[in-house]
Amino acid sequence: MTEQIQREKDSGVTSDILERNPELQGIGSYEYGWSDSDSAGANAKRGIDEAVVEDISAKKSEPEWMLKLRKKGLKYFQRKPMPMWGADLSGIDFDNIKYFVRSTEKQAKTWEDLPEDIRNTYERLGIPEAERERLVSGVAAQYESEVVYHQIREDLEEQGVIFMDTDTALKEHPEFFEEYFGSVIPVGDNKFAALNTSVWSGGSFVYVPKGVHVEIPLQAYFRINTENMGQFERTLIIADEDSYVHYIEGCTAPIYDSDSLHSAVVEIVVKKNARVRYTTIQNWSTNVYNLVTKRAVVDAGGTMEWIDGNIGSKVTMKYPAVYLTGEHAKGETLSVAFAGEGQHQDTGSKMVHMAPHTSSTIVSKSVARNGGRAAYRGLVQVNEGASHSANSVVCDALLVDTISRSDTYPYIDIREDDVTLGHEATVSKVSEDQLFYLMARGLAEDEAMAMIVRGFIEPIARELPMEYALELNRLIELQMEGSVG
Amino acid sequence: MSTLEIKDLHVSIETEQGVKEILKGVTLTINSGEIHAIMGPNGSGKSTLASTIAGHPRYNVTSGTITMDGENVLDMAVDERARAGLFLAMQYPVEVPGVTMTNFLRTAKTAIDGEAPKLRTWAKDVRSAMEKLKIDADFANRNVNEGFSGGEKKRVEILQLELFKPKFAVLDETDSGLDIDALRVVSDGVNRAQESNDMGTLLITHYTRILNYIKPDYVHVFVDGRVAEQGGPELADELEANGYDRFLAPAQA
Repeated sequence: MTEQIQREKDSGVTSDILERNPELQGIGSYEYGWSDSDSAGANAKRGIDEAVVEDISAKKSEPEWMLKLRKKGLKYFQRKPMPMWGADLSGIDFDNIKYFVRSTEKQAKTWEDLPEDIRNTYERLGIPEAERERLVSGVAAQYESEVVYHQIREDLEEQGVIFMDTDTALKEHPEFFEEYFGSVIPVGDNKFAALNTSVWSGGSFVYVPKGVHVEIPLQAYFRINTENMGQFERTLIIADEDSYVHYIEGCTAPIYDSDSLHSAVVEIVVKKNARVRYTTIQNWSTNVYNLVTKRAVVDAGGTMEWIDGNIGSKVTMKYPAVYLTGEHAKGETLSVAFAGEGQHQDTGSKMVHMAPHTSSTIVSKSVARNGGRAAYRGLVQVNEGASHSANSVVCDALLVDTISRSDTYPYIDIREDDVTLGHEATVSKVSEDQLFYLMARGLAEDEAMAMIVRGFIEPIARELPMEYALELNRLIELQMEGSVG
Repeated sequence: MSTLEIKDLHVSIETEQGVKEILKGVTLTINSGEIHAIMGPNGSGKSTLASTIAGHPRYNVTSGTITMDGENVLDMAVDERARAGLFLAMQYPVEVPGVTMTNFLRTAKTAIDGEAPKLRTWAKDVRSAMEKLKIDADFANRNVNEGFSGGEKKRVEILQLELFKPKFAVLDETDSGLDIDALRVVSDGVNRAQESNDMGTLLITHYTRILNYIKPDYVHVFVDGRVAEQGGPELADELEANGYDRFLAPAQA
């Protein structure tokens, strides 16, 4: 039994997840604030210029076109201004960031083959355990700039499912990259997507062939170890017609005094009648700027689902998008953001209806406490010709005290008459009577608060795989500890 | 044997018009195994007394004491009072969205007892207590009080009373809004808890109706923030016949 579950028991707080699934006790032990001694990180070069970009490309022996694209990305990055909206990004010092850190010479096929301290890191994060317990059907573990471990179940491989790190995939399956890389998120899409394109390294490539259903999720785990590290993974997922895949990512980093940057790009191609679910539990330490561009294009009858949990980081700006390009395509975003002291979570979603009979929903829940700021920022766009489209947005904010802040920025751009739209937004406070009721039943004030917060996000937690829901609950309890008094 | 002792209790609340005194010197002693009924008209301060015993932050004790077996209850936080064995069945139970009854009951039981209940017997205890209170089994998976009718909420309060086994229970107008069948079911629940745990009970009500099912040892007539008269069960009969007029007249004079 893990220490955390034991604590959960000792404190008398149990979660619905455990209640329904007692077999999960013992899964999902996450502590994340430590760091390894890593000489590769300590010696890495700071700052970005063309030489850095060339060096990354050369180390990876990439094709010429990729180097060209990287250089183009660098130009856009240098030319584009910092966003003037959303969170305060003035603390990012691009000259102080280490853009590429290679921590091990070759990728491991077994955990035992990894350098000991890296292996210990993942053991402490519970990743190999999840694999052994068969809670996932494939694992990719990225440490600093590169994927250091990767494994996929043999039967999936036999069915033609590809799941590997993006660097290797570029070498082994260049045809996918020539066709799709940068097709969903163009090189100059925004300043940080341009930065990612110029220095990207690692990330996952997934291809699911026609008609194949990957029933058990594929998991990726991203870990930053070095101080002032920039992690720029690049993920490309292609779900061919009538296929299904669920991809889960988790992320953590050590606590440092100075900041790190995580700026990923995730491109997803959902073909006819395929379905992709992408789940993120982001738990970066509170010195990480998390500026991520995620987008999916969905063909006729396809479905894209983003489940987006943001608990950690100093600043997160992330708006997973779905471009509904084919008739009857569906998009869904369920997001939960938790902003504590010194944190600014500016999250939401973007739904673009480009074909008739497309539908989308956005459900966003945010919790702010101890001076944290949580914002919902969303765009619903219905293009001309996308008749009979439907969208609904529900965003609920919960304020735990009087010094925290919640904002809602819903943008709507409709170019078609025959559409159905719904928008609901609520901001609520934890009420004195709710606290009194639970405390009158013996719960200490912070336990009562945690129970109310857990209940508030339950509609999203229930969409998570069990061990992730459990982790989310645990993280909330940690956040709520000492939050009152 | 335990004793809950309230002595010369004065309580005020903040209102927009300033501080208002609601309880003006309440003295009351309840021993284990006793049932005390507090009866009185609207606005006499009955519910204030109930909430003050449980420690609601809105109510400000300006003087007087509440002790349980000599321990100063007023020094305890709300949750400490619950763990010490005080239970308040609320007049308006609060909804807790997203938290199932099952989770809530077990978490509360664990908090009150200081250890988790044995999984196997606990599930059985909950099920059988629910059956006796005619609460549908589905309620276990529903969120705490969410969408429950008034009567369902009251049954669930008594369910907690039976499961948490407090030393002293304060029932704040548990009978209001109940039809005759529900009233009987709820009363039976209180009587079971009373008998099996040797509980002391403070039963707050407007009407004598519930006293047909829960037999009080003592009846206190509550008027204008204090106990105007006390007596045995016969006092309830008199109130049933004559109403509160006899007590209101001097209070208003």
